[in-house]
Amino acid sequence: MSQWVVLAVNSFSFGGLLFLLSAGFSLIFGLMRIPNLTHGSLFMLGAYIGVTGLRLGLDFWSAALLSGLAMAALGGVIERFLLRRLQGQELPQVLMTLGLSFIIADLCLMEWTGDPISVSTPGALRGVVPLLGFVFPIYRLAIVLIAVVIAAALWLMLDWTRLGAMIRAGVDDAPIARVMGVPVSRLFTTVFCLGAGLAGFAGMLGAPILSVYPGLDAEMLPLALIVVILGGSGSLLGALVGSFVVGVLYNFGPALFPELAYVVLFLPMLLVLVLRPQGLFGRQSL
Amino acid sequence: MRRAALALAIIALVTLPYWIGGSYYINIASQILIWAVFALGLNVLVGYGGLVSLGHAGLFGTAGYAAAWLVAAGVGQLASGVGAIGLTVLMSALFAVLALRATGIGFLMITLALGQILWGIAYRWISLTNGDNGINVSARPMPLGLSLATPSAFYIATLMVFGLAVAAMASFVASPFGACLRGTRDQARRMTALGYDVWLIRFLAFLFSGFWTGIAGLLFCYYDQFVSPHLLTLSSSAEVLLMVISGGSGTLLGPIAGATLVVAMKTVASAYIERWNLVLGAIFVAIIMLMPEGLVPGSQRLWRWARRGRDLAAAATSR
Amino acid sequence: MIALEARALSKSFGGLRVSTDVSFAVEAGERRLIIGPNGAGKTTLFNLITGELRPDSGSVHLLGRDITSVPSRRRAHLGLARTYQIITLFPQDTLLGNVMLALLGLSPLRWNPIVRLTSQSALLEEPREALARVGLDGIADRPLAETSYGERRRVEIAMALAQRPKVLLLDEPFAGLSIPERRQVLELLLAIPRDTTIVMIEHDMDVALEFAERITLLHFGAVIVEGTRGEVVADPRTREVYLGA
Repeated sequence: MSQWVVLAVNSFSFGGLLFLLSAGFSLIFGLMRIPNLTHGSLFMLGAYIGVTGLRLGLDFWSAALLSGLAMAALGGVIERFLLRRLQGQELPQVLMTLGLSFIIADLCLMEWTGDPISVSTPGALRGVVPLLGFVFPIYRLAIVLIAVVIAAALWLMLDWTRLGAMIRAGVDDAPIARVMGVPVSRLFTTVFCLGAGLAGFAGMLGAPILSVYPGLDAEMLPLALIVVILGGSGSLLGALVGSFVVGVLYNFGPALFPELAYVVLFLPMLLVLVLRPQGLFGRQSL
Repeated sequence: MRRAALALAIIALVTLPYWIGGSYYINIASQILIWAVFALGLNVLVGYGGLVSLGHAGLFGTAGYAAAWLVAAGVGQLASGVGAIGLTVLMSALFAVLALRATGIGFLMITLALGQILWGIAYRWISLTNGDNGINVSARPMPLGLSLATPSAFYIATLMVFGLAVAAMASFVASPFGACLRGTRDQARRMTALGYDVWLIRFLAFLFSGFWTGIAGLLFCYYDQFVSPHLLTLSSSAEVLLMVISGGSGTLLGPIAGATLVVAMKTVASAYIERWNLVLGAIFVAIIMLMPEGLVPGSQRLWRWARRGRDLAAAATSR
Repeated sequence: MIALEARALSKSFGGLRVSTDVSFAVEAGERRLIIGPNGAGKTTLFNLITGELRPDSGSVHLLGRDITSVPSRRRAHLGLARTYQIITLFPQDTLLGNVMLALLGLSPLRWNPIVRLTSQSALLEEPREALARVGLDGIADRPLAETSYGERRRVEIAMALAQRPKVLLLDEPFAGLSIPERRQVLELLLAIPRDTTIVMIEHDMDVALEFAERITLLHFGAVIVEGTRGEVVADPRTREVYLGA
């Protein structure tokens, strides 16, 4: 029985991490119509940079913040100097992000070598807490909490700020938004930075659970893809629901169907594609 | 002049084992031919259909794994080959039905996901695929009793299949159906109004593409005599896509040129650097930024530009 | 005999009603003009007739047959052809190639992946004829990219004519053309035989009025006035719609 509870907790914490990764991916896709294939690499690179931060003496949270900021900066550079030159050409932009993901992956391999690096849980959040008759690891609960807080912050930003209104307008119809005075190019850069920053931060946040190793990017990217197809692009709610569905599948799958776990992971996505191509909460068709 | 060049190329290719200088190079030539067939297959969708797939390595691997598995199970070589191709075409149909729910970027994402699913099966369904350990293929087929064990013999067999592939592609491109496919690439909406069944055209093109991708996968399975999940990674799909776009999609020569380029680079690169992925990514980025239409059209453009310059110079000096 | 009929066609996008209860009937051989200010729903009406859009309610009848649930791709085979407001030609082909695609759409040859397209002489002669009818047979082998806007507009019409349609829908065929070019296009439209029924959307009044026998005026997605050319021109509601009420 407790095994299922453990899996459930892991599902939620993983879902939280996935949300931080996918929210950015979903916004970028919804606004710029490009699936950012570099997103997994940003997650991994963020984690690696956090590791270096730890080695340089930073505490965990500063390192995580560093990860986020570094990836936001890198995201800005990528968007402004590489993607923007291909403005309007979606396919070349996607292929560009694919090429970049390979470059980043190999550079990480060169810098941090191929051995997996484990990161210890930050001191204050170690251990377990008894709740409702079970014991839960504090850190995993913390991740869920952080994800929920950030989700709320993003929702507030989208629904209540001018920036959010511009993003929503851009997601709905970028050319019209441009005509109406929305600085779409700057918006693209901002959203890309935001998405990249969230991915980097999530990478470090997940490090105590997942470790950091080559191939982490290839593990996480397809999951973000599933979340966006499942939940619908440009939708925060879709990213939230999708992340937790995938979190559950990712944890319960191998336990229930060890050899077909990967297939099970993709099944809801395939179903959604057949029955409702725009995703559960999406507004644009794929 | 084109005919002379073509004849020369054919002679060079047929006599290659004699002048290329050793088994190592013959094998590289075989690899280039195999990947050229793969790239030609993908180009049907990318270049002529306007549908970019990042999941074709999944189909390539399906053929390879099916053949390897059938041979290991004791099924005869011919039946294994036919079975492998049949399964690959079925898989292509499945891919098509799902991926054609969208076009453009959506199509790309779905094919990426489907390719990943197949990789996941190869990697995790260990009782079926032996996981990371892969499956060994004990012997190459012996068509008409002839052995393909030596590099030269295998090369000649591969060359013949390659020739067939090129002929099939040329015929396809020049056919009415080929023109329709290109029409759906350029103006899908108008094609529907003109009475074409755009979905069905794309679906059939996907099957044709999958068939040749499967042939390439089958060839590779016999070349390497080993299949592993590495064949079905996103990296593999990206490599073959790079071959198509670097050579020039929408042309016949482009994918062949692209395959030559990428395989040559990969071979050279692995000898000196360990970081093939870095080089692959860098080439991707460079091609997209600098010569997006690919090498073949790009060099045709350069050639025309150079000739115009020469003509202008001649006209200027003759005054 | 009624060639084309719309009965109570309605279409909304979310809260926006683009077609409201539109009904009209076009006799065989008639030359009908559909006019109305921007946003009146003219092109939407064409899209409903060709099947690109599904109506929320109402029906479309072609040559007496209810085609409302017939998929768009089959309507060309039933004798319906259209041109587009924005030129949608095949940029990588020659003029001949473009018109040939129009012809190929109705031919079973389109599924053939083996024979050489360029050796199908029947498929090559008819496009040349169609281009000749619009005066472009001299440049039939020129790539589309090297033609002028006026020439491309005529290619659009040639493509539609090559299908030998029973009902031809022309969406702003004069858009963007110079005065002499408009004359040219008008002449060739007037020369189309009566076994083709023509419905035209146009903005430019002077040339279009010469063409029209009957006129339907749309505004905000609904039919406001319909009748002969003289009737509609004289009707006070026409002036209201165009000069603002």
